[in-house]
Amino acid sequence: MNRLWTIVRKEFLHIWRDPRTLALIIALPAVLLILLGYGVSGEQKNIPMAVADFSKTDASRRYIDYYVASGDFAVAYDVSNEDEILALIDQDQAQVGMLIPEDFGRKLRTGDGTSVQLYYNASDPDIAQKTNLTIGAIGQIANQEIFMEWLSRSAGGANLQTPISTHTIALYNPDNDQGLYMIPGLIPIILQIQALLLTALAIVREREQGTMEQLIVTPVRSWELMLGKILPYLLVGLVNTVAVLFVGAFIFDIGIVGSVWEFIGVSMIFIIGSLGMGVLISNISQTQMQAMYLAVGIILLPSIILSGLIFSRAGMPAITYWISELLPVSHYLEVTRGIMLKGVSASVMWPSIWPLIVLSVVYFAASVVFFRKRLD
Amino acid sequence: MTTDNAIEVKNLTRKFGNFFAVDQVNFSIPRGEIFGLLGPNGAGKTTTIRMLCGLLMPTEGEASVLGFDVRHEAEEIKKHIGYMSQRFSLYDDLTPSENLDFYARLYGVPRREVGARVDELIDISGLRGHEKILTRELSGAWRQRLALACAIAHHPPMLFLDEPTAGVDPVSRREFWDLIYEMAGQDVSVLATTHYMDEAEYCNTIGMMYRGRLIALSDPDTLKLEMKGVLFEIECDDPGLADAIFREMPGVLEVTLHGVLLHVTTEKKQMERQLKKELVKANIKTTRIEQVLPSLEDVFISMVEEQRVGKLVDR
Repeated sequence: MNRLWTIVRKEFLHIWRDPRTLALIIALPAVLLILLGYGVSGEQKNIPMAVADFSKTDASRRYIDYYVASGDFAVAYDVSNEDEILALIDQDQAQVGMLIPEDFGRKLRTGDGTSVQLYYNASDPDIAQKTNLTIGAIGQIANQEIFMEWLSRSAGGANLQTPISTHTIALYNPDNDQGLYMIPGLIPIILQIQALLLTALAIVREREQGTMEQLIVTPVRSWELMLGKILPYLLVGLVNTVAVLFVGAFIFDIGIVGSVWEFIGVSMIFIIGSLGMGVLISNISQTQMQAMYLAVGIILLPSIILSGLIFSRAGMPAITYWISELLPVSHYLEVTRGIMLKGVSASVMWPSIWPLIVLSVVYFAASVVFFRKRLD
Repeated sequence: MTTDNAIEVKNLTRKFGNFFAVDQVNFSIPRGEIFGLLGPNGAGKTTTIRMLCGLLMPTEGEASVLGFDVRHEAEEIKKHIGYMSQRFSLYDDLTPSENLDFYARLYGVPRREVGARVDELIDISGLRGHEKILTRELSGAWRQRLALACAIAHHPPMLFLDEPTAGVDPVSRREFWDLIYEMAGQDVSVLATTHYMDEAEYCNTIGMMYRGRLIALSDPDTLKLEMKGVLFEIECDDPGLADAIFREMPGVLEVTLHGVLLHVTTEKKQMERQLKKELVKANIKTTRIEQVLPSLEDVFISMVEEQRVGKLVDR
């Protein structure tokens, strides 16, 4: 126990002696969350649209208004033929194009059906899908209202109603705010990057500096050394956790719906596991370069792509799914979304918490097992 | 292997791949003695020390340190030895006091005694006045003293020093060895490696290593006496030419240049006259020629030469 505290004290001294690094590790997670948070919470409004209105009637202008009024689209270009629309989309100046035929107004007036040609850039499937949905929805509404007007007119001014209207209630994220979903996902990723980088070099740095040789001829035990390397950074992790919570609450207005203490408790379990993974990587690396590659390549990238931050894990093939199960961040992410968004208690999140505990213990134990107090 | 010796080494061998870094080495160190392991870089000195400290597993052979087996009781050994590695391996960003405090605690100096012990170590190593600056600001000689102080923080009865004075000026080297002497006086056994031959004279026993083998093992004086032939020191105005001439002379075993001085080892003392004759014949002006006692460096070179010749004969 005495030796453990000796190691912890020494690690604190290292951190303390290097004020620039200290400032960096304390400030970075909060700064990252602010930067990235704005990046992910933005939803595209005022999608630039090129319009070729051959009809030039009240009816056609009213139709365009349906799109513009919602704020989803903005008429960025008024053009006179189809080629111009395509050229603008080609050059990424416009994302959507609309062509209204000459007989549009006349046919509507006479109660004939007419058509409108829409174009959109589908090179990014994600954006394309959203654009497509919005166009569809707005088109539908316009259609419906115009149709009702026709019916009212032919029925002699009677006020007709649509037969069925659907009402939906969105739970947890009623405004469908992108940030509300993404911020509780970003927090785990940021804490993961932080924890991993803090310890990935811890052992291998001493090995490269040559100080490890002096350390392993002392009676210090492997677990004392490993835990001694982790504990100071657990404190750093705690400070970071509180900092990102503040940023989430005061900058992005995403308070914790559930218990703050439970959130911090689970966060600590997660950070111990991530620090353990870092030490493990440090142990099996020969050089700091190797350690960085391992940390980024086998932990960080999978953490971002496979954890469920961007893509739902439910749809993954079995192999990828099981890899994601081995990443503490996958489980932690479910807990953060659960506690921050749904406000459920830790007991409800238990199916995600126990794997987190198991992984943390396993990674720490592995780092102790893989540490050799020898040079060969 | 329980004996009164601090260290017992039997047929100790370590291979790295197919390379024998240490090959069938035998020696023992009685308690309280200073044992010097000499040899050029790559001779196997560091590998030997590392095996004795429990840092490397021997491939073959046995060794015990303070009665503990290096294979199975490495952690026991670590509690009772002090070790100074070849490369400076303390923390640059801590002060000398903090380094001392760290190692004292790690070695289990009781918490209440740590402060006093650190104080004492600062005095022993002469670091008083420098104890609060960062270690990276210390000069090479001060760092070596600090490293030694860290190694002895827990009063170990056995001390391993791997090239403790590498890169340190002669005066500081001298002071450093005085320090080691003082400790040996307090019944501490020391195993030190060096490639400075003059330092070997401080040792009770010397082992000379060459290409993984222990090629000589004795006290310094005996080693010098055992050296084959007679050594002459010659001071002349063209040592390079003289060197070339003597190398071709029958009866000359060894010629080495030491700066402007020429060391010539001959089979018999009577060859002095022949040497002089050759110098006159070559028109080399000689200021001095006299028989001298070989330095350990001469001994070492002659041993290595013998090994080389021996190997040629083997083939």
